[in-house]
Amino acid sequence: MDRAVVETRVLRVLRWVVIAALVVATLFPFLYMLLLSVRPIEELLQNPGHLWPTEWTLSTYKEVLTSAGNGGQGFLRFLANSAMVSVAATVLTLLVSIPGAYAVTRLRFVGRRQVHFLFLAVYLFPSILLAIPLFVLFTRLGLRGSLAGLTIVYIAQTVPVSIYMLRNYLATIPESLEEAAAVDGYSRLQTIRKVILPLAAPAVMANALYVFMIAWNEFLFALLFLVEDRNDWTVSLGLAQLSGGIEVSKTVLMAGSVVLTLPIVIIFFAAERLLTEGLTAGADKG
Amino acid sequence: MVAVRQTESAPPPSPPAGEKRQLTRKQRENRAGLAYLSPTLIVVVVVVILPILWTIMLAFQRIRLINIRRAGVFGQYTLANLDLVLTSPGFWSSLWTTLIYTIGGTVSSIVIGLVAALALRGRFRGRTFVRASVLLPYVAPVVAVTFVWEAMLSPQFGIANNWGTRFLGWDRPIAFLSQREYTMSVFGWHVDIPLALITVIAFEAWRYFPFAFLFLLARLQAVPADLEEAALVDGAAPTQIFRHILLPQLGPVIALLTVLRFIMTFNKFDDVYLLTGGGSGTEVVSVRVYQFLTARFDIGAASAQALILAAGLIVLLAIYLKFLAPRVEGD
Repeated sequence: MDRAVVETRVLRVLRWVVIAALVVATLFPFLYMLLLSVRPIEELLQNPGHLWPTEWTLSTYKEVLTSAGNGGQGFLRFLANSAMVSVAATVLTLLVSIPGAYAVTRLRFVGRRQVHFLFLAVYLFPSILLAIPLFVLFTRLGLRGSLAGLTIVYIAQTVPVSIYMLRNYLATIPESLEEAAAVDGYSRLQTIRKVILPLAAPAVMANALYVFMIAWNEFLFALLFLVEDRNDWTVSLGLAQLSGGIEVSKTVLMAGSVVLTLPIVIIFFAAERLLTEGLTAGADKG
Repeated sequence: MVAVRQTESAPPPSPPAGEKRQLTRKQRENRAGLAYLSPTLIVVVVVVILPILWTIMLAFQRIRLINIRRAGVFGQYTLANLDLVLTSPGFWSSLWTTLIYTIGGTVSSIVIGLVAALALRGRFRGRTFVRASVLLPYVAPVVAVTFVWEAMLSPQFGIANNWGTRFLGWDRPIAFLSQREYTMSVFGWHVDIPLALITVIAFEAWRYFPFAFLFLLARLQAVPADLEEAALVDGAAPTQIFRHILLPQLGPVIALLTVLRFIMTFNKFDDVYLLTGGGSGTEVVSVRVYQFLTARFDIGAASAQALILAAGLIVLLAIYLKFLAPRVEGD
């Protein structure tokens, strides 16, 4: 038989094997997380091999969400902290990066070509390296242990990639539109607000979600800056601290993981298309 | 950007009056550009650039958390930190671990990402759902996914060990995350494999292959269809099409992904810290820096170590870009 025919047949089967394996490998851990979180710990220890629980319980979630004062883990408070930091970081990052992206795409100014080297520094140097002086600086300024300090760090961490994503999109908007707006007497700021922003709305949305996810998932800086006061913990930090406690059972830990993951999964499935296209815009140009 | 330069190089309107007006417009644009970029510049300079410079200073001063108030630009500079770090036990092995972890994580995530992109390239029912689920490990919070992995791999109640002993005939549960070396017998040979390190690399591959997948899929979909059709008409086998048509098209993206993943994995802290805490032969440099900082409060030594990590990365990147990269089309 012909090599092309053999290969085509083998690959047709193999392709479905690969797809099935990928789906199982990526979804199974999340399913396992969910199933572990709704069973009593005794039942898990008796039959660790049973995937499907024989007994169901929601007491794990109750323990995770009840406030610390009432004997729970106080995750509602952590959720509020995380939401506050993530929303603030998202809004501020966009406020900073939209004009920045516009300047980099459209305006000729001194040092425009050098700006990229500055951004590269954000990724080239490990966050643990930045963490040391920031730790010292924030301690001195009294910003350590405050959600505001954490938000500033998140802005700096996300602005470069945000500008990069927006720039790719802004470059596709024809300049003649702006010239027309200028003829109509729009100032530059008005042009950005009334012409560019509505056109770039999908990219801005994708960007907002991306920044939100990064801020929501972040762990190292939250750990370094907030660990001392329980009232300031984000969900990621709260969960990591929870695992250190001896008296906390694994099923409760999994309930906490579900609480941490769920908002991200909801956002992600609601806006999957927007996100994937926003993230890779320009990558297909080679 | 090309368009911008074209308008710029349009022949200047002749005499002095026009020239002056053009100059002021240029100045206005220059000023606006800097003004629009200034918030970005301020944030990046204050939270990224100055800390980097400060780290360099800290690395050459003997500073602990207690005497941090005395720290300043005019402190006493010394090479003691570098000396301490370079001669401290476990430093070189942790650098080596970082390198293996980075190369393993980078290569495996890109290879799996490539396989996934090829498999999910054509249309089929439920493709959107499959594509979204494949991306899930990448977008999910790192703390949650590391804990699920820990739970799955746990020797006491984890499903991997339970099914392994029940269905795969393992003698006893395997402590994937806390066993430094695992002796395997392959055809009568006893081989020691660094078990915890391999598990951490596997986690890295699992969590970051979606990143490679996303970029490779976007590039694959932009490959002109007539190229492949022509090859099909000529009777080319799928592997030949991949080797001679797709792979050359993917080359630049793969090169870019290699650099990006290498940088990110080399600097990675959370994953290893949360999975093993840096124990059992998985101590990468960033985790070591953290331990110097939080357990010993030795800011000077931690800075020196972080600096060595950054310097190592820059050297490796320079080597890669000079000798190994096919051709990176940066901008």
